[in-house]
Amino acid sequence: MSAQGSKFDFDIAVVGSGPAGLAAAALAASKGASVVLLDEQTEPGGQIYRAVTETPVRDRKVLGPDYWHGAELLGPLRDSGAVHWPGSTVWSVARPREDGPDGERRIQIGLSRNGAAAMLTVRHVILATGALERPFPIPGWTLPGVLGAGAAQVLLKTSGLVPSGATVMAGSGPLLWLLAWQYLQAGARIDAILDTTPKQNWRAALPLLPGFLRSPYLGKGMKLMLEVRRKLTVIGNVTALRAEGGLAGEGVLKSVVYTRNGTEHRLPADTLLLHQGVVPNLNLANATGCAQRWDEQQRCWRPTTDEWGATSVEGVSLAGDGAGIGGARAAEEAGRLAALDALHRLGRIGREQRDQSAAPFRAALDRALTGRAFLDTLYTPAEAFRVPADDTIVCRCEEITAGAVREAVRLGCSGPNQAKSFLRCGMGPCQGRLCGPTVTEVIAAERGVSPAEVGYYRLRPPVKPITLAELAALPKTDADIDAVFKH
Amino acid sequence: MFRRLPEIETAAEKVSFTIDGRPAKARAGDSVAAALLANGVTACRNTPVSGAARGPYCMMGVCFDCLVTIDGTGNRQGCQVRVAPGMAVETQNGKREVER
Repeated sequence: MSAQGSKFDFDIAVVGSGPAGLAAAALAASKGASVVLLDEQTEPGGQIYRAVTETPVRDRKVLGPDYWHGAELLGPLRDSGAVHWPGSTVWSVARPREDGPDGERRIQIGLSRNGAAAMLTVRHVILATGALERPFPIPGWTLPGVLGAGAAQVLLKTSGLVPSGATVMAGSGPLLWLLAWQYLQAGARIDAILDTTPKQNWRAALPLLPGFLRSPYLGKGMKLMLEVRRKLTVIGNVTALRAEGGLAGEGVLKSVVYTRNGTEHRLPADTLLLHQGVVPNLNLANATGCAQRWDEQQRCWRPTTDEWGATSVEGVSLAGDGAGIGGARAAEEAGRLAALDALHRLGRIGREQRDQSAAPFRAALDRALTGRAFLDTLYTPAEAFRVPADDTIVCRCEEITAGAVREAVRLGCSGPNQAKSFLRCGMGPCQGRLCGPTVTEVIAAERGVSPAEVGYYRLRPPVKPITLAELAALPKTDADIDAVFKH
Repeated sequence: MFRRLPEIETAAEKVSFTIDGRPAKARAGDSVAAALLANGVTACRNTPVSGAARGPYCMMGVCFDCLVTIDGTGNRQGCQVRVAPGMAVETQNGKREVER
């Protein structure tokens, strides 16, 4: 374990350098705290501002002004004195066996950097792990050629790559429309957009429309959707989807089959881009022991936090979409609020100063979240795409179908953790990130209870795979060695 | 299938690497997964469970479907590693092999 003041000891660690992490690290460090900003990627920005420092797409109209806003967060970070360690994969956040030499509470962070494991000690952690695309389990979604729309957007931002050949986009939610619009600006080919937004969602969302009318997203969203609808083929009310490979077991995408008004149609496709919203990337928070709850409106699990982002684990806060989906602007403000609270808990600012400084950020957060309920309700994915039919793979890693999960429920399996021991679902390298929400919902539907009652995977560190060689090469204290050799 | 936007293709600094021994080119800054897609390689591995073909799916390090062997080390996440000059990328058949 490293001593205070060493290169491996900081007041605050921020995990993730998207909008929440960038804003949190810059604010905390500017107030004199020693801050390390850790991120898996080699460049700051997270997924929403991915490659904002180095994207080859220099024509600003392609990615749009909301993307370029991300660059404005980098100056304050540079000036703040925060230490930025890109290329660092955090695999564990835990209370160590012993407190520091001064008896002060410490949190230990395990990370991998340049192929070597290292441990940091900090007094406070702000997890800004962001979101990932909600699983979209349809038959054939594991075929090469089927990607997330978010993945395709990463390819555009980082490498200036766009689909060629027959391209179909399918699903619902703001990101699908944004990507289609960006492809239009870039001159990329889109053969069709298959809109799976259920018709009845409009009825549920309409009462929430007045809130959305005050949303900063309204004007931008409308303009973008109208342009996409005018220039591209948009097929609405799609109620079933499947991706098909070629004949003779050739395992690459060849066509997309969709159902509309009860009739099946087939489109040839080289690329299928799927999207039905995003959910919190909660693996690290869950493995750290943070309590979480089922959010019925967003239909996802989210770690429980207070108004400052503090979790149920002392010294661990969450900011941004990792604590519940609110979008990039909301994440930025939540990052600042979490930073102020961390400074207060570390004794660097008083309660009054925290509350006063927070007022403009809280107002901006409220503005950014205006109308969210409307979007959440309108874009709640149809049940058929959340609770798939028996033949659909839900766990991509272990290739477990929805039918196998249902069979396990009939044998008495009551939740995801039991399903994991029965079937190995959620046990592969992705650690449930691509199946967790689906497995919860399939079990809940089969048992006829709420997802809240069914629960979620209990995750354990390491949250990302590391090699035994990396772990074995970690420096050890006498206590570590005693723990192994004494008995 | 993916293609490079034309203005980027012409301006790009090229990196030479190999895919299963065949010479290939990428743009400096590409991840290995992006470089594979740009070279028309959609499937980069077969699964250890059923042998089914898989390719990059999430491009952000969470799905582990773009696992490939890079310079002799198996199970590397292609989307998390940048392509480098002379890099040997191999598609992966099933599990990571012992000592690779």
